[in-house]
Amino acid sequence: MIQTVSKQYNRNKIHPHKFALWVAIGSIIMMFVSITSAYVVRRASGNWYEFKLPDIFFLNTLVIVASSVTLQLSYNAFVKGREKMYKSMMLSTLVLGLAFVVLQYQGWVALDAMGATFTINPSSSFVYVISGMHAAHVLGGVAALIVALIHAFSLPYKPTQRRKDRFSLVVQYWHFVDVLWVYLIGFFMLQS
Amino acid sequence: MAHVASAAETLEEKLTQELGYDDHFHEHHHGDKFQSNFLTHYIFSTDHKMIARQFLITGMFWAFIGAGMSIIFRLQLGFPEADLAWLRPLLGKWIQVNEAGIGKLDPEFYYALVTMHGTILVFFVLTAGLSGTFSNLLIPLQVGARDMASPLLNSFSYWAFFLAGVVMFLSLFLSTGPFSGGWTAYPPLSALPQASDGSGAGMTMWIVSMALFVVSVLLGGVNYITTVLNLRTKGMNMWRMPLTIWAFFVTAILGLLSFPVLLSGVFLLMFDRSMGTSFYLNEIVVGGEVLDRIGGSPILYQHLFWFLGHPEVYIIILPAMGIVSEVLSVHARKPIFGYRAMVFSILAIAFLSFIVWAHHMFMSGVNPFISNFFVIFTLIIAVPSAVKVFNWISTIYGSNLRFNSASLFAVGFVSMFISGGLTGIFLGNSAIDIQLHDTYFVVAHFHIVMGIAAFFGMFAGIYHWFPKMFGRFMNETLGKVHFWGTLVGAYAIFWPMHYTGMAGVPRRYYSIDNFESFKHFTELNQYITIAAIVVFFLQVLFMVNFFYSIFSGRKLTVKNPWGANSLEWTTPIEPGHGNWPNNIPTVQRWAYDYGKNGEEFIPQYIPLKEGEHDHGH
Repeated sequence: MIQTVSKQYNRNKIHPHKFALWVAIGSIIMMFVSITSAYVVRRASGNWYEFKLPDIFFLNTLVIVASSVTLQLSYNAFVKGREKMYKSMMLSTLVLGLAFVVLQYQGWVALDAMGATFTINPSSSFVYVISGMHAAHVLGGVAALIVALIHAFSLPYKPTQRRKDRFSLVVQYWHFVDVLWVYLIGFFMLQS
Repeated sequence: MAHVASAAETLEEKLTQELGYDDHFHEHHHGDKFQSNFLTHYIFSTDHKMIARQFLITGMFWAFIGAGMSIIFRLQLGFPEADLAWLRPLLGKWIQVNEAGIGKLDPEFYYALVTMHGTILVFFVLTAGLSGTFSNLLIPLQVGARDMASPLLNSFSYWAFFLAGVVMFLSLFLSTGPFSGGWTAYPPLSALPQASDGSGAGMTMWIVSMALFVVSVLLGGVNYITTVLNLRTKGMNMWRMPLTIWAFFVTAILGLLSFPVLLSGVFLLMFDRSMGTSFYLNEIVVGGEVLDRIGGSPILYQHLFWFLGHPEVYIIILPAMGIVSEVLSVHARKPIFGYRAMVFSILAIAFLSFIVWAHHMFMSGVNPFISNFFVIFTLIIAVPSAVKVFNWISTIYGSNLRFNSASLFAVGFVSMFISGGLTGIFLGNSAIDIQLHDTYFVVAHFHIVMGIAAFFGMFAGIYHWFPKMFGRFMNETLGKVHFWGTLVGAYAIFWPMHYTGMAGVPRRYYSIDNFESFKHFTELNQYITIAAIVVFFLQVLFMVNFFYSIFSGRKLTVKNPWGANSLEWTTPIEPGHGNWPNNIPTVQRWAYDYGKNGEEFIPQYIPLKEGEHDHGH
């Protein structure tokens, strides 16, 4: 089936699967835009507890940005034929990605400890829900990354166009969830 | 016409050989190994044509259930005194039988029926059944692609829809009944499990089902958009695409931008229900008990819901518009009038659909100054809609329209769209809405403009493309009986509702007998119910025709029975996996060269003559 597609008349240089990913990303963006708009609308109508986000969320931003850098390095290494770098950087990305999710959970624990519990007021509920939805999307990326890792370690190293295309899908999605978190943390900063 | 068609076939084969795009496709003469047995061919198929048929037949199943529900609650509305004990074998405890042996519909269940009727028809039938069926069938065939961009995701899209259906279906059998708070699922009825019978397990299953449904729409939409933009055959530029493809393409964009918003709204609802948050709840009292849920706003849910909800009605109607444009043009043997105006009005409607959502909330306490904004944009939608109506009428004006089931339903669509659209202008005014909101006027408006009209578009599509789907024709006589009966019957059901609505009869009420001012509507309500029953049986007739024709309809003997220009009619009568056995035809002209230079029709693969002007460049 996949072959049927790649042999199709190609007007655009972009691979249909990559384009499909972008469309899907557009859709995910709508989900986060709507929920952050809901936050703004809800905040404007009063009865809103103000609190400061725990530092751990800001630190964690560095973790996910770093994971984006390592994954890009891994992709570059894959294309340029540096097999060791390709594998090690991909593995570090997985570690950083999982660390991000764990640290987000620690952020929730810190929020809870400072009294901004899940149910006390929508102002804190929103933080849990939005960061949780984001973490779910990161876990989706982790799943894709694990598939890529299995390929990296079980298949013989061969940077064919097909494998480049598949790997770049993972890379682009990973960058997207990274940028998404940077947007969300910036959004929370501006709002509080 | 037969000799014309056969001559065109040989020319077509020659042209496809010479000019066609060779993508080194190999037909599997011994059957595709992925589609060789019953399970992989009919059930877990990844072929877009099979997925289209799956969507259609599942949609028909749901249409039957949803319409059947409406008959049950129409019986209650038309004949509130009647004995419904005979429904006990079907509805069980939802028919309460008193000592005298008189059976009454349980009021809680009445609300559940109304809710399920709305949910099923809006999402399962008119979204999945309409756009799922025809986008899947026609996008690859009409743009000249072997299949969708990702056939696997496409099949997941169907199976997510199927699972959504299973969950919703099972919720009908809960002892507390399915969700009963209206298809819009407004909090607090939807947010508090203790609010009503259906708000417990019924609502939970409603949410699960809708989440699966959103997954289905998103997977489908990603595929439709990517296929239209990336997999068009050589020469098929955007201005050469049939209007069906434009409509499906824009519909998919609407779905991708609006359904995620519903998903986030429903997420918050889920947390309110089960985790104790208060996004939508504030100072609530249930059955005398004061809940400690403060800080939320039920209006927030309405904003999120209608940000999906309004584009959703265009997700329903745009595919029908596309189908009608194509069917009218083919059967009128005339080019569609104002092709570009049609495209731009589709785009304009799609854009406007995102900035009018609060017209569903005029009476929800939205600031009247903000309402003004929404009134203006709502009324502006009348402009592109009127452009489309004008173009459809101009297309059939002065034509030798072939009166067959497909074209009749297309003309019927235009009639319904005008009648229903006009009442939209009343409802779009926030001042008039004070009187009309939540009355039968609203029910009449949206049933005609997006219920019946979308169904007519769907029927036009089914009669027109049935030969492509099943290699046989549907019975024309039964089709015409179906059309005339449904046209008259649908008006008979919904026209009187305008009057009851203007008089103020509220929608969703179990009974209006207790109101002195509405007593004189009793006979009108009986009339509506009888009309609804007649129309229901006409749809059963359609289903009999449909399933009978799949197996025993008149066989298709030529590739292009309607003399149409678009590419789906260049595939073999029963197209295999990959659609075209050899090369994909290339496209030389737009899709609407009918009656040009003395020729009845010039299909898209025929090269332009010297000095000939092409519309689509």
